[in-house]
Amino acid sequence: MFVINCPYCGERDQSEFSCGGEAHIVRPKQPTELSDDEWAEYLFMRKNIKGVQFERWNHAHGCRKWFNMVRDTSNDKIHAVYKMDEKPPVI
Amino acid sequence: MTKYRINKTRFVDQTKTVSFTFDGKKYHGFEGDTLASALLSNGIHLVGRSFKYHRPRGIMSCGSEEPNAICQINANTDLTEPNVRATEIELYEGLKASSQNCWPSLNFDIGGINNLISPFIPAGFYYKTFMWPKSFWKKIYEPLIRLSAGLGKSPTQPDPDIYDHKHEHCDVLVIGGGISGIISAKIAAKNNLKTILIEDKNILGGSTIYQNNKNFIIDNQKSNEWLMNEISELEKLDNLIIKSRTSLAAFHSYNYLLAKENISDHLPLDKKNGSIRQRLWKIRADKVIVAAGAIERPLIFNNNDRPGIILANSVKKYLDFYGVSSGLNNIIFTNNDSAYETAVSLFEKGISVKIIDIRKKSSSNIVKNAEDLGIEIYWNSTVVNTFGYKKIKSIEIMNLSEDGSNVTGNKHKIQCDCLSISGGWTPMVHMHTQSGGKLDFREIDQVFVPSEKSENHINVGSCNGDFELEEIVKNTNNKVKKFLNINESGFDKISVLCSKELEKKNIWLLPNTISDGKTKSFIDFQNDSTAKDIKLALREGFKSIEHVKRYTTTGMATDQGKLSNMHALGIIADTAGVKMGSLGTTTFRPPFTPLTFGAIVGRSVGKFFDIVRKTSIHEWHVQNNAKFENVGQWKRPWYYPINNENLHEAVQRESKAARDSAGILDASTLGKIDIQGSDASEFLNRVYTNAWSKLGIGKCRYGLMLNEDGMVYDDGVTTRLGENHYLMTTTTGGAANVLSKLEDYLQTEWPELDVYLTSVTDHYSTASICGPNSKKILKKLFPNKDFSDEAFPHMSYQDAIIDKIECRIMRISFTGELSYEINIESKYGKSLWENCIAAGEEYKITPYGTETMHLLRAEKGFIIVGQDTDGTMTPIDLQMDWIVSKKKYDFIGKRSLYRSDTMREDRKQLVGLLTDDPNEILEEGAQIVSELDKKPVEMIGHVTSSYFSPNLNKSIALAVVKGGKKMNGQKLFVPMENKNINVTVSDFIFLDKENKRINA
Ligand SMILES: [Zn+2]
Repeated sequence: MFVINCPYCGERDQSEFSCGGEAHIVRPKQPTELSDDEWAEYLFMRKNIKGVQFERWNHAHGCRKWFNMVRDTSNDKIHAVYKMDEKPPVI
Repeated sequence: MTKYRINKTRFVDQTKTVSFTFDGKKYHGFEGDTLASALLSNGIHLVGRSFKYHRPRGIMSCGSEEPNAICQINANTDLTEPNVRATEIELYEGLKASSQNCWPSLNFDIGGINNLISPFIPAGFYYKTFMWPKSFWKKIYEPLIRLSAGLGKSPTQPDPDIYDHKHEHCDVLVIGGGISGIISAKIAAKNNLKTILIEDKNILGGSTIYQNNKNFIIDNQKSNEWLMNEISELEKLDNLIIKSRTSLAAFHSYNYLLAKENISDHLPLDKKNGSIRQRLWKIRADKVIVAAGAIERPLIFNNNDRPGIILANSVKKYLDFYGVSSGLNNIIFTNNDSAYETAVSLFEKGISVKIIDIRKKSSSNIVKNAEDLGIEIYWNSTVVNTFGYKKIKSIEIMNLSEDGSNVTGNKHKIQCDCLSISGGWTPMVHMHTQSGGKLDFREIDQVFVPSEKSENHINVGSCNGDFELEEIVKNTNNKVKKFLNINESGFDKISVLCSKELEKKNIWLLPNTISDGKTKSFIDFQNDSTAKDIKLALREGFKSIEHVKRYTTTGMATDQGKLSNMHALGIIADTAGVKMGSLGTTTFRPPFTPLTFGAIVGRSVGKFFDIVRKTSIHEWHVQNNAKFENVGQWKRPWYYPINNENLHEAVQRESKAARDSAGILDASTLGKIDIQGSDASEFLNRVYTNAWSKLGIGKCRYGLMLNEDGMVYDDGVTTRLGENHYLMTTTTGGAANVLSKLEDYLQTEWPELDVYLTSVTDHYSTASICGPNSKKILKKLFPNKDFSDEAFPHMSYQDAIIDKIECRIMRISFTGELSYEINIESKYGKSLWENCIAAGEEYKITPYGTETMHLLRAEKGFIIVGQDTDGTMTPIDLQMDWIVSKKKYDFIGKRSLYRSDTMREDRKQLVGLLTDDPNEILEEGAQIVSELDKKPVEMIGHVTSSYFSPNLNKSIALAVVKGGKKMNGQKLFVPMENKNINVTVSDFIFLDKENKRINA
């Protein structure tokens, strides 16, 4: 059970948060111009890394804000937490 | 005193007699005893039967690792608890314990027949034998296995006890109250750190507290005396919480730990009354010091499971802690020095003892001590067999060959009534690995020790692989100081004298004159797996320890292999000729010892199990005899029976009334989201499939929301309250998910949009009145309002006032009838409802529940998301093309609607179904086929909604059928268990296709 440092609220128990999967997948601006394969790439394909992974998290039972988190999935170490409009840190 | 209670100790009060029963017979012990020590003091070793072979088994240990002595407490009462270890139950007046797994009785055991046929029950026997014939399963195999297997009986009544949860934070949590835990806690607490020390026994001190031997001296005192003083000093410290009878259950990441405290399990029944039974502690610790200790290993040899064969250090604890001698004619069988302490202690109390050691010699102080006392030692020897059915009577020993792989010379028989065994020690690394730590294999004494350094926890004492008193004390002091950043402690100048073990030898499976296949050398005592089973598994091709474990069930019993895992690994390594360190270990999963369900759920039982949401009108429904159904957490009126009506009868009446005159529904549970901001219209354009920009203020529109994969996600009516202000409704069950999905898009994909979302579901109550007389009722309620179709058309809304309270009236319909929904602040909901009922009385206004609502909308072919859809239906599949905008450039899910897969013509599509017999009602979920004779049967769809319509006087159903769009008029079949029902595909709008009733 992690302690997550919400960029808006501070440290809170993991049970207040929900994970929204891989981060930095941008919704295409013009979906209608994509081929089936390109759209499928956006829609379905996700990495599942053993190691450092960039993830979306939501403080669901708190401020309801979405933010990004860098987590090592092999040991659950959280390397960084940053707001949606911030650049991802270099890990 | 019994003849086995030979010693007085400070831990058992022999002036206070406690009586208890075991298997119905009354015995006596003393305050401070465990059930196991009290049984041993009465000369009772035999406490159970083994799982597979039903061999007699005795008490084997003195702690949580106990594989045999598991009992049922308070059998046949609602307080009963199965699978409790006798070694951990503190004795109390009136305790009722019984043995398990030995039907019909402990001494006469029918299952013992399995022992005789045991050559035919090898590893994987159950998998191999009970496979076929299939028909044997239900009537023969399963009852047979269930009768003779199984551990204990579950209580059949609700648990009457109270359980508690407590959250706690601390600077330092110390796990284990042995000598290293005590040193750690003292250093931490003395340095102003808020410290918690948990210990699963009722008394601190671990095994040092009864180490009464001149070879173990700390600061010129015997180690037990020294520790006793330390404990009394410890108890005076302010910022230390000592929690005894508290065992660690789980060590999660980020130092989040669960511990179970036993509060009243040790109290007599008449003193338990009303008190909390157990408390689950949820601890978040800044730093964790694990001082969990080590567990003694057994030795693996032929017939090593007889009652009277006990771990050597346990024999010592029974003797020096409880004052009970496990036998009067003892033999100790060991591969290490620690068992010599047991021998010396027995000898000093005048009890006969001999030692068998697989080593050729040992030159340590404690061994010299034993030799000086004149204790007979058989060096370089091993036990090859044991005798005695219900208790050990004698053993046979032989010499070991030079390399220890074989036995030589003659067999030598020795009489005994207790055989103490010691195969060395296994550090309790469970906590370390649960928290994510890794292990190293230490070759010299064949143990796994914690490896990786963590910033947040350390392991000290024997769980870290420090077994000798001097290294335990000094390493603990140094490690804890470094871990907590402390320069000096009170233990820096301590002097420790102890016996040191110089000669080490280990043989995982001791050799014998007879082949492995003919010996019974038990590894897992509780699950009855032997060395032979492990070797068989390897011969059959199993390689991974995880597979061998499951195939042979080694380490899978309630003790989780605390005694067996290392030997299983060792024998696999030896047999396969690989290094043990390269095999890795099995995964240690929480909980470390079994947890009660009560402790896990705590107070969240009964009405506290889950939140119950009720509308403000709920009390009226209760008073008017509503039957309720759960929709998510909501309680919704299901139907309102009158005079013993059943569901069907009530629904027929309610449905007819709603179409013939007037019906009223509590629609307060629908999700409501208030949407404001200058981009609100644009936002709706992007989240719904249809267009929103041109919706006038005061108008309502139905919307369909998709997932990005094109599948229908939610639906509902949204009303434009103002230029930049909308009120969205969602399905009752989908409200929370829709809100978080919309928030997700707003925050992450479209942060440029000026839109604010607020959940207002609980803010408003909604009374929905429908039927041809609804307009008349509304006129009575709002006499000043013009309800003409011109002034107040369908799909529009107006503000209104009732009893001086503002409300909103939406003219929208989910039934196809002329219909109005009145929204009012929740606190006025019941009064509004009662006004509606009063105004509608002359029109016999009929309250209806969710079942009638479902029927009415099905007559009109309106879908229910989640009933007629299942996350695989697009709007096109639902024949709702009309709601999908062709003009809009984009909306959530649009692109997916023309992926090759979503455009397939043979997708399941929504259709109506009419049964050829109009009185036949289909079952929801029933499968649909087009050809009855085809094999295998091809299922082309299923029924999603089905009702008998009183308004049409026939059965109607909605279904999804492959290629259904083009099947209108086609005959299909719904095969049921006893018959095939003939159906015809129809339009899914069964009633009023022209929508005349909405303006009736
Ligand atoms: Zn937050």
